[in-house]
Amino acid sequence: MTDTQTLVKELVNKHGNRRESLLPILQGIITNNRYISEYAMMEIANELDISRSEVYGTATFYSFLDTKPKGKYVIRVCKTITCSMKGKNQILLALEDCLKIKLNETTPDKKFTILETNCLGWCHKAPAMLINDDVFTELTPEMVHQIIEDYKKKGIQEKA
Amino acid sequence: MAKKQLRRMDLIFANDDDYVEILQRTFKSSNEDIIDEMISSGLKGRGGAGFPTGLKWKLTAESTSKKKYVICNADEGEPGTFKDREILTQVPYKVLTGMAVCAKVTGATEGFIYLRGEYKFLVPLLEKELKRFRIICKDLGLDFKVNIFLGSGAYICGEESALMESMEGKRGEPRNKPPFPTDSGYMGKPTVINNVETLAHTFTIFKYGAEKFRDLGVQDSRGSKLFSVSGDTPNPGIYELELGMTVQDFVDDFSDGDCKAVQVGGASGFLVPRKRFNETAIGYQGKLTGISLPTGGSMMLFNSSRSMYNVLNNYLEFFQEESCGQCTPCRVGCQQLVRGIDAVKRGQKPAAYLDKLLKLTDTMKVTAKCGLGQSVANSFQSIVENFREEMIY
Ligand SMILES: Cc1cc2nc3c(=O)[nH]c(=O)nc-3n(C[C@H](O)[C@H](O)[C@H](O)COP(=O)(O)O)c2cc1C
Ligand code: SF4
Repeated sequence: MTDTQTLVKELVNKHGNRRESLLPILQGIITNNRYISEYAMMEIANELDISRSEVYGTATFYSFLDTKPKGKYVIRVCKTITCSMKGKNQILLALEDCLKIKLNETTPDKKFTILETNCLGWCHKAPAMLINDDVFTELTPEMVHQIIEDYKKKGIQEKA
Repeated sequence: MAKKQLRRMDLIFANDDDYVEILQRTFKSSNEDIIDEMISSGLKGRGGAGFPTGLKWKLTAESTSKKKYVICNADEGEPGTFKDREILTQVPYKVLTGMAVCAKVTGATEGFIYLRGEYKFLVPLLEKELKRFRIICKDLGLDFKVNIFLGSGAYICGEESALMESMEGKRGEPRNKPPFPTDSGYMGKPTVINNVETLAHTFTIFKYGAEKFRDLGVQDSRGSKLFSVSGDTPNPGIYELELGMTVQDFVDDFSDGDCKAVQVGGASGFLVPRKRFNETAIGYQGKLTGISLPTGGSMMLFNSSRSMYNVLNNYLEFFQEESCGQCTPCRVGCQQLVRGIDAVKRGQKPAAYLDKLLKLTDTMKVTAKCGLGQSVANSFQSIVENFREEMIY
């Protein structure tokens, strides 16, 4: 069995093979792989006994269910009104500067992806961003540099 | 006139560790009595639409079905709203108490908390609370289990029928109504869906009685309400205030001294310009004098350095991205509005083009399938009508 097949099997065992299990299964793929490949969709369709287009339709509806490869750490910067008023653009610039990539790009080592997202619900502590599931608020460009440094180190530690 | 102090309250976040007692006591009452108490409290849904909560429970109780569900709507996606997360962090047991009593009176055996993906970090905390809750339910002899269902980044899934589609593994596309969830909700079964804050307020009612709850607020707007305050204010944060205040009262307390407009109810709400602060009250439509605005509690302040064009453009881009795309007036309408105001700003279209766009939002209001498309008109009209010059120059 391929890795993807094993993962899909595991997720189906955990969440069940009913249609209602689809979103948790897709979320599980994201947690493990950061994106849902066409192959994974096909495997899920087989397991749930629904058509591939149904899986594709659901997967492509949700902004957190990426269907294109993403970095290990997906950074989502809030761009809704308050964050935008309180310096979202400087945060983006700082990220682009640290990672040497632009918005919507992934670093060549596949570690980081920068995205924008809609309201994260931290307007009283703007600007805010998510890195995978972790929240960072009241950001400044200096903090961004520090956070990214920490994540870069984290990557090295995990490898060692 | 003397400055009116807003009455601040501390009911929702008060740490009431007697909730097991409250549950035991409430469970001794008959279902009819509980529903009567809920109805007479005047509690209305805090998710935005303001439907009477007691009536919602009653309708679901009256639906005949072996299987029923209770869902707590924790999708909290409206720009400028962040109170539900705070409730779930600080007093999750109040929400669960509300769900348990709701399950008892309606006969529901299964419940869900639909938590937006952006709040995934809350899962461990909630799981811990749910573990405790399962034991309490068992002790009470209540056959009711609650699980968390995570969203995946879609504002539209806060709309109740889209939320249910999403739980069923489908695209989050709103359904036609009727049937309403009280008859046919999740998996086609009768379902009560309530906002996090609504459920937390039911705890206040069970603890202190409907009367005390009614004493707060005015006329048709009973009880207190959590407000998420952000934007140009020295004191952003979450505040529990009495319903029925005017925007002026609010601005007196929260403005940085230079407030030119307040957005009430998030991107899908209304912009109130300074000249209307006095005549606009915050509460549910009804007997309030002047204009009254129902609200999920989002209050965003803008000072005179802000461009209202940028504000409107930000909202419209939000709607354009978050529209589920299912119906044409909303899908195409949002796109045209984004392009339209840009063309006017650049001088590619005459100022009178704004009137065409205003008409377009009127059309969206009556032809869009769900609240998202219907409410784009709220912010569009209130911003363009009050700040027309800023749209043009
Ligand atoms: C586009 C849209 C988004 C919504 N988002 C939310 C939300 O995030 N949270 C919520 O509680 N209600 C939201 N609602 C309202 C729900 O459809 C529903 O009315 C509410 O959950 C009912 O609970 P309540 O009666 O306790 O307010 C939304 C409605 C629309 C049209
Ligand atoms: S109004 Fe918009 S969000 Fe609602 S159903 Fe139509 S396209 Fe979807």
